[in-house]
Amino acid sequence: MSGPARAPSGDETIPFTFDGTAYRARPGDTLAAALLANGVGLVARSFKYHRPRGIMSAGIEEPNALVTVGTGGRTEPNTRATDVFVYPGLVAKSQNRWPSLSFDVAAIFGLAAPALGAGFYYKTFFGPAKHWMRYEGFIRRAAGLGDAPTEADPDNFSQVAGFCDVLVVGSGPAGLKAALEAAEAGNRVFLVEQDAVPGGSLLRDPDSGLDPAAMIQRIEALGGKVLLRTTASGYWDHNFLTLTQRLVEPGAVPTNGFAQRLWHVRAGRVVLATGLIERPVPFAGNDLPGVMLSQAVRSYIRRWGVVPGQRVVIATNNDDAYLTAAAIIEAGAQVVALLDARASGPAAPAGVTVYHDARPAGATGRKHGLRKVTAVIGGSEQSFDADLLAMSGGFVPVSHLHMQAGGKLVWDEAAQAFIPGETPQVCETIGSAISPPPAPAVAPAGKAKKSFVDFQNDVSLADIDLAWQEGYRSVEHLKRYTTLGMATDQGKTSNMVALARLAEKQGVTVPQAGLTTFRPPFTPVTMGLLAGAGARNAGAHVRRIPLHALHEAHDPIWQPLGYWFRPRAYPVNGENLAQAALREAQTVRTVAGLSDVSTLGKFEVSGPDAAKLLELVCATTVGKLATGRGRYTFMLREDGFVFDDGTVWRLAEDRYLLTSSTGGADRMAGHLSYVRQVLRPDLKCSVVNVQEHYAGIALAGPRARSILAALTGAEPPRHMGYAPGTLAGTPVHVLAASYSGERAFEIHVEASHAEQVWQAIEDATRAEGGAPYGLEAMELLRIEKGHVVVGGEVDGRSTPHDLGLGGMLGKAGGFVGAAGLTRPALSAAGRNNFVGLVSLDGPIPEGGMLITRAGTSPQGHVTAAARRILEGGAIALALLQDGHKRHGEELTVSSPTRGEKARVRVTSPHFYDPAGERYRD
Amino acid sequence: MYEIACPHCGPRAQTEFTYERTVDAVVDPAADAHTAMQALFTRANPMGLDEEIWRHTYGCRAWMVLTRHRVTHVIEAVKAIGPEALA
Amino acid sequence: MKTPYSAFSLLRGALNGQKHWQPAWRDPEPRSSYDVIIIGGGGHGLATAYYLAKVHGITNVAVLEKSWIGGGNTGRNTTLVRSNYRLPQLHNLFEFGLKLWHGMSDELNYNVMFSPRGAMFLGHNDGDMIKLAERGDAMRCDGIDAELLSPKQIAKLEPLLDLSRGARFPIDGALIQWRAGTARHDAVAWGYARAADALGVDIIQKCEVTGFVRDGNRITGVETTRGRILGGRTGICVAGHSGQVAGLAGLKLPIESQTLQALVTEGVKPMVQSVVMSQSLHCYISQSDKGGIVMGGDPDNWPSYARRGQPTVVEGAIAQAVSIMPALSRLRMLRTWSGVTDMSFDGAPIIGPTPIDGLYLNGGWCYGGFKATPASGWTYAHTLATGKAHELNAPFSLERFMTGATIDETAVGPMPNHR
Repeated sequence: MSGPARAPSGDETIPFTFDGTAYRARPGDTLAAALLANGVGLVARSFKYHRPRGIMSAGIEEPNALVTVGTGGRTEPNTRATDVFVYPGLVAKSQNRWPSLSFDVAAIFGLAAPALGAGFYYKTFFGPAKHWMRYEGFIRRAAGLGDAPTEADPDNFSQVAGFCDVLVVGSGPAGLKAALEAAEAGNRVFLVEQDAVPGGSLLRDPDSGLDPAAMIQRIEALGGKVLLRTTASGYWDHNFLTLTQRLVEPGAVPTNGFAQRLWHVRAGRVVLATGLIERPVPFAGNDLPGVMLSQAVRSYIRRWGVVPGQRVVIATNNDDAYLTAAAIIEAGAQVVALLDARASGPAAPAGVTVYHDARPAGATGRKHGLRKVTAVIGGSEQSFDADLLAMSGGFVPVSHLHMQAGGKLVWDEAAQAFIPGETPQVCETIGSAISPPPAPAVAPAGKAKKSFVDFQNDVSLADIDLAWQEGYRSVEHLKRYTTLGMATDQGKTSNMVALARLAEKQGVTVPQAGLTTFRPPFTPVTMGLLAGAGARNAGAHVRRIPLHALHEAHDPIWQPLGYWFRPRAYPVNGENLAQAALREAQTVRTVAGLSDVSTLGKFEVSGPDAAKLLELVCATTVGKLATGRGRYTFMLREDGFVFDDGTVWRLAEDRYLLTSSTGGADRMAGHLSYVRQVLRPDLKCSVVNVQEHYAGIALAGPRARSILAALTGAEPPRHMGYAPGTLAGTPVHVLAASYSGERAFEIHVEASHAEQVWQAIEDATRAEGGAPYGLEAMELLRIEKGHVVVGGEVDGRSTPHDLGLGGMLGKAGGFVGAAGLTRPALSAAGRNNFVGLVSLDGPIPEGGMLITRAGTSPQGHVTAAARRILEGGAIALALLQDGHKRHGEELTVSSPTRGEKARVRVTSPHFYDPAGERYRD
Repeated sequence: MYEIACPHCGPRAQTEFTYERTVDAVVDPAADAHTAMQALFTRANPMGLDEEIWRHTYGCRAWMVLTRHRVTHVIEAVKAIGPEALA
Repeated sequence: MKTPYSAFSLLRGALNGQKHWQPAWRDPEPRSSYDVIIIGGGGHGLATAYYLAKVHGITNVAVLEKSWIGGGNTGRNTTLVRSNYRLPQLHNLFEFGLKLWHGMSDELNYNVMFSPRGAMFLGHNDGDMIKLAERGDAMRCDGIDAELLSPKQIAKLEPLLDLSRGARFPIDGALIQWRAGTARHDAVAWGYARAADALGVDIIQKCEVTGFVRDGNRITGVETTRGRILGGRTGICVAGHSGQVAGLAGLKLPIESQTLQALVTEGVKPMVQSVVMSQSLHCYISQSDKGGIVMGGDPDNWPSYARRGQPTVVEGAIAQAVSIMPALSRLRMLRTWSGVTDMSFDGAPIIGPTPIDGLYLNGGWCYGGFKATPASGWTYAHTLATGKAHELNAPFSLERFMTGATIDETAVGPMPNHR
């Protein structure tokens, strides 16, 4: 190409820049069309050898012309110039070159190419791993393509669900007809087209009998949905497809904040009218700017009025390229030679010289186009002065979605192509994708080393030959050894050329040589689109407790707990977390405190067989519980390890309340349902998850009883007793359970009435000198008391005996986990047992390892560390090998990652009121 | 993304469901320890059809047995279980 | 004698068109019997064969591969190599392997591109940080490197992570293992294959085992699509399909097969230096030498052999990754793929004898087998050579599920779909 390839018409209204130079495009131009129109043929550099590359195609299969578009957080590297429509202000930059596209220092790799063939890196760079990292640093910087974005994305991406009777992919002639027929038959139709305008091949080869715009109008009038600029990128199980829709072009500022939309579509029937991709022809220099696919040349001429060359050589093995010759003549350019590899072909347009038994062997170029083409014609070489070579090595049906759907491919010998065969899903392929035109196999001419197959990754015929020579002979080995088909075009133009070479090497037919699998997505998909709204929150919603607003007024430190957020402490007067927690815990020990325990798992189990169900779920005895009484309990997994704990209360004759840990509440809900519905569907009982129905407020401390008595006007139940009551005019459940070690109550109230109840209790507590306390104080209290906690000591690997709970196991057995618990290793020596630690020097690092003076290998670890609340002095809870038998022993807690150590003595974990005198009557 | 025909709700997307275990891995609480552990810790794991317990966890929360192919992912049958199925 | 790989030899090749290289491994016909038969030509099987020959001098070994070597999970993982486990049985096994990784390229004369660029687990709250410290302390006490990083140190290493306090999962710190990193997965299979082949091991591709030859309670060989092959000891090494092959011998395993998906983006210039994982989230991120961001998440947690994933599972992992590293948003997912994982019922592998004499099992690797390749091969070779477990694989016996001595790192119990 020498100079602009399209005469200005006055429609050049859209300004854009490429590498800082300002150009103008016409409406409807792709960036590739606009660059060609402006005489820009050199657009990119290749991945490995940094060879100069131009525009090879007019579609999504483009391997060469990758650019970065957009700026800031909208920067999209590796955008195919053939797949972005120019918009006003489009900023495009070339990639993978330094200092500039036309002078790229790294092109020196091209000189070293003889030493850098397929898999060269497996054979060198030896030495220690850190040496490799040094080489790797260079390789990493030389590799990659576009620069990585560095900013957060300012735009949003929407995700929607869709349902249709018939989903048609592709709006070429076959797709349009199928969609219209289906719509006329009364189906809900989706028609999906990746291009910005419908028509497919009609845009290149118009058919007076088919008017895409009119057909689209009719489909929409019948209620069909036509999604342009939308790619069916994934075809999954049970006719589920993912469609990716560009709402604005790459890098453009969206009008409503959304850049793209992801469709999750369940389709009754899928019609794939996905067409063909043209095969390049391997010859030396086939990667230069100025070598294009034949149909692409026709597209640029007919669709965009761009004539990418004035002196054109056409190389083909099929009839389709003769249409390109006609288009070139129509456009007023010259076809220097039509090289037809076959012995005969159709009649050529006037003025075109056809050579039969003719194959291209080499090309040389200048910056933006070709200089010369060499051909082998009937065994002798001949050269042509030409600025463009249009090549067609046959056609590859677009069967990606068909294969993703689990479909088989069958070999079409005449077309030398795989076409869609049987499929297990409700899906059919129609149109040219199942009837590619005949195109016989042609042996490549020209030097193998410069005959590129995978253009982007610089894989040549010679690389394929070397892989074969070295024993990498299965298709997958070939692909992985040479990196063939692994580039951003996913081998759309290279796979078949490579397979043909492999088959030739093996002396077998192409289908015998094998086939690689196509995996989603069909074309690369923006990560932000797949993330959707989850990009902002990792897909993790926030669960708010009923009293959230009330706590917020105290400006607490919040603590994430699963998806929940709970107050961790309520600092006052500039306290830090530790100071606030200690004050709050001291208040509980000396006066009273109240705390939000709404997130506890809560389940109402009722019915004549309610006790039977609970005896199955709980590993402790439940059946003998009197009405109005409660008990601590724990639950085992089927393998015998403790997985949760809580309390169980008999609210009435046949009605129980079971509480469980916050973190395990969802799991417990599933477990209860499984036991009830799957294991014992015969039981007469129901389980209702009331976790979020009730808010829970713990009131603890020496004055808790009097505060509650005053508020309810009734004597509160004694320890582990239950009583219904009324507080602040609201019905409540009062459970006398102590987690803190003090006299304490859990007040459960319907969530919608929780605020008034909390407020009343808080006012009364504060009046006595008490205060709210958060999770951190609760942790200090329970550590001192020696209660286990799920996620701490209950670590999913502990037995009841390990935790000192063995005595509470239901003697009759029969509960879930009883069988697993009998396995020998669950009662063997050397298990980790629950113990307390008292520091003999400084603070004990939580999570630290317990080691003896003799050894370095850990014998246990600290599960929770604290201090005595009133007396001071560091204490901790731990799991220690055979710990039950080691009370009194001195050990070291070691935390090498924090450089901390403490000497400790092993004790009972119950540091505070072991007899429970403070809460018993 | 399967489409699972919940016996109670009709066809729904797989994301509403969770897999629990195969039918032969259900541990009878009354079973002896050896039988129970065999059920818990061994699977046929066939490259073909198996009977699996799934739950419509993010829907009606009912349990059901799917006869599902592990390679083709074809769901040949869905059967309700639980108290309603007993009735 | 094969031409050794070296820079010099590559340069020599530049003059002769690289015509002097031989096939990396032979393509032998199977013999009628071998001292040891290894079923499965993945990284683990090939490493086992190599160490049998190299360490134990047993070279009359066949590796039988149904398809092409390295085509299972060896070629489908996200190439992470680390030993940062909490439980000693696991970190000791993986650490033994990590040491072998550090010398692997030289040992095999095949550059497996092991890149100890550091692997970190991010912590998002105090609870996470304690758990990470506990894990690091457990490792350090056993002589394995682990270091806690502050947000400032993280920012220096990975400036594109969202270190703002307002993030849904703010980053409070990390536990990094500097000696951990990534490797080129295919090269590991090919490197072991080439080295094992050079020592006399027969690597037999397109040879599917269809049954076992049995003499009472003893396995004496295998039936294959290429005929009967007898063996002194036979080792199953087909993670993903362990249940299938063991099933041919009548064994039912504590294993369920699940799909694990992974993805890679289009290549870009370096933007992620290390391997980033998270204590609270379930995604892992690294960047390949070609520039693609390699990512994965949780398995599709229901049984499948289809190597065909569920799209919303990957979308969930991507949401997590983009949320902690917002600059990933405009990269494009280039390719997704799936592997079939052997999900064992405590999350740990099984390496050792089976109840059938002469038959051994190496499997149950869940989603973490690649990093174990050398340690797995080494210990399995020891077991196949001596008939006894090496001290490193002794805890990973098949009977541990019935005895209760399970090795449950994530502590979620026997259901793999809860893992």
